[in-house]
Amino acid sequence: MAIRVNLITGRSIQQGVSMEAGKARPAYTDACGIIELDPADFKKLGAFRNTNVRVTSKYGSVIVKAVEATQGPHPGVAYIPMGPWANMVINPNTYSTGMPTFKGTPVEVEIAKNEPVFSSLELVRKGCRGELA
Amino acid sequence: MTKTVTDVICPFCGTLCDDLEVVVSKDGKNLLEVYNACAIGAEKFLQSQAKDRHTRPRMRQEDGSWKEISYDEAIEYTAKMLADAKKPLMYGWSSTNCEAQAVGSEIGEYVGAVMDNTATVCHGTSLIAVQDIGIPSCTLGEVKNRADRILFWGCNPAHAHPRHMSRYSIFPRGFFTGKGHTGRKMIVVDPRVTDTARIADVHLQIEQGRDYELLDALRVAFKGEQLPDVVAGIPKEKIYEVAETLKSGRFAIIFFGMGVTQSLGKNHNIDAAIAVTRDLNEYTKAAIMPMRGHYNVTGSGQVWGWQFGFPFAVDLSRGFARYNPGETTSNDLLRRGEVDAVFVLGSDPGAHFPFSSVKKIYGLPSVAVEPHETPTTEVCKVHVPVAFVGIEVGGCAYRMDNVPIETRKVVDAPEGMMTDEEFLTHVLARVKEIKGV
Repeated sequence: MAIRVNLITGRSIQQGVSMEAGKARPAYTDACGIIELDPADFKKLGAFRNTNVRVTSKYGSVIVKAVEATQGPHPGVAYIPMGPWANMVINPNTYSTGMPTFKGTPVEVEIAKNEPVFSSLELVRKGCRGELA
Repeated sequence: MTKTVTDVICPFCGTLCDDLEVVVSKDGKNLLEVYNACAIGAEKFLQSQAKDRHTRPRMRQEDGSWKEISYDEAIEYTAKMLADAKKPLMYGWSSTNCEAQAVGSEIGEYVGAVMDNTATVCHGTSLIAVQDIGIPSCTLGEVKNRADRILFWGCNPAHAHPRHMSRYSIFPRGFFTGKGHTGRKMIVVDPRVTDTARIADVHLQIEQGRDYELLDALRVAFKGEQLPDVVAGIPKEKIYEVAETLKSGRFAIIFFGMGVTQSLGKNHNIDAAIAVTRDLNEYTKAAIMPMRGHYNVTGSGQVWGWQFGFPFAVDLSRGFARYNPGETTSNDLLRRGEVDAVFVLGSDPGAHFPFSSVKKIYGLPSVAVEPHETPTTEVCKVHVPVAFVGIEVGGCAYRMDNVPIETRKVVDAPEGMMTDEEFLTHVLARVKEIKGV
């Protein structure tokens, strides 16, 4: 079953450290290939912590690992740290300001236990070549 | 034997900490330890020593593999790509020094490029707002020495600017702020209970995207007028209380971040925040400051400000500088397919642009000048690794409060590696040759 949440993105210290350590390394995927969900939303979704989920918006879709909110509670709001995973689903419209709408994208989250979370380079490469589901 | 270099500038975020100590080997070739830096800054310094670092340019082959090329070949490809393009996009410019930015702008003029920096996905909307209604701001030194009401709106310095609160805004004891954090009131507005919000005196857990309403409500509250019972998820009593707290201070400062610049409303949110600051000046001294991300994004705005008159999204394709956010900004240009070559330096649009834009870069002739291997280097045709500015080469950078600070070289770059400025200078010379000027 799928739940609807409001997605925001942004910096986390783990994102910053692993980005400087190298975006090709697994630590970057661990830091940013995640979605932080409120415990209440986990309950609605009916998923265990650390399950892979598919996040889908009007603009795209991506597989990330669902983890419990580290800076909550924030029921109804989900958080993917800034990076290629978040950018698959955020609203790219700038509404004549030049700034894509990185925060406040309505998304659907559903369990996708058996699908893999790609590394940043893999994700971008596959996306550009049209190899993503 | 080792030696310690003191007063090193950290080239990570806009806080531009200037008190780092770095231990290097006696011959100055290896960087061994970093003191005083935050986790991100320390990682950046240490990572420059990674054994698997790319030290020579590479070109993507037909079969998708990389082939090592010389710097000369990379310069030739870059110069030719830019000179042949009708309207190239030259993006990034935030993780480099002002000297390199100046050379890059000269290339941009010769080839008729669109010059854009990372403000376009960061504080570009703040710059639009400043052009709309101005900005009453100050330096971080004033914040440290005077500010006793600190408001963080839509920003999370505990994660994004880790030493901001300890160096300037919350904890230090300044000239008129001798009690340190106990003499300051800290207010945080954020839809999440962030680690910054946890240490605040007041946290307003705003409904995401309702910043404009809450900012306007504050202006109403300053005047003591009637408010609805709840605004943006915050009960009116709380809003009156925060308004009173701000008014009662001797010096109030508002720091704002991506929470307001990237949510719907965008530049209008900042308009409202600046108007709040202006109103607050009726009662006490107040200032407002954007929490700039890259260590020298402010500098690229400064350089282009004095060269072209505009801080980002400068279109030079008609032979003179034009500026029209929404038209001359990177993501709009890429999504509409209006550029025919992409040059990236000191930024990672592959990771931080919406994917629809990244896909467009993949389809174009493209060069990424970047010390790391990143999603941008993954989608570009040529990757030119360079020395780290602030670690392996010095140069000027501007802090988030527009104070210029000279960064320092602490260690040698791997042998034979170019700096941003050297690479750009060579490209400029070659572009001039091709153009016959």
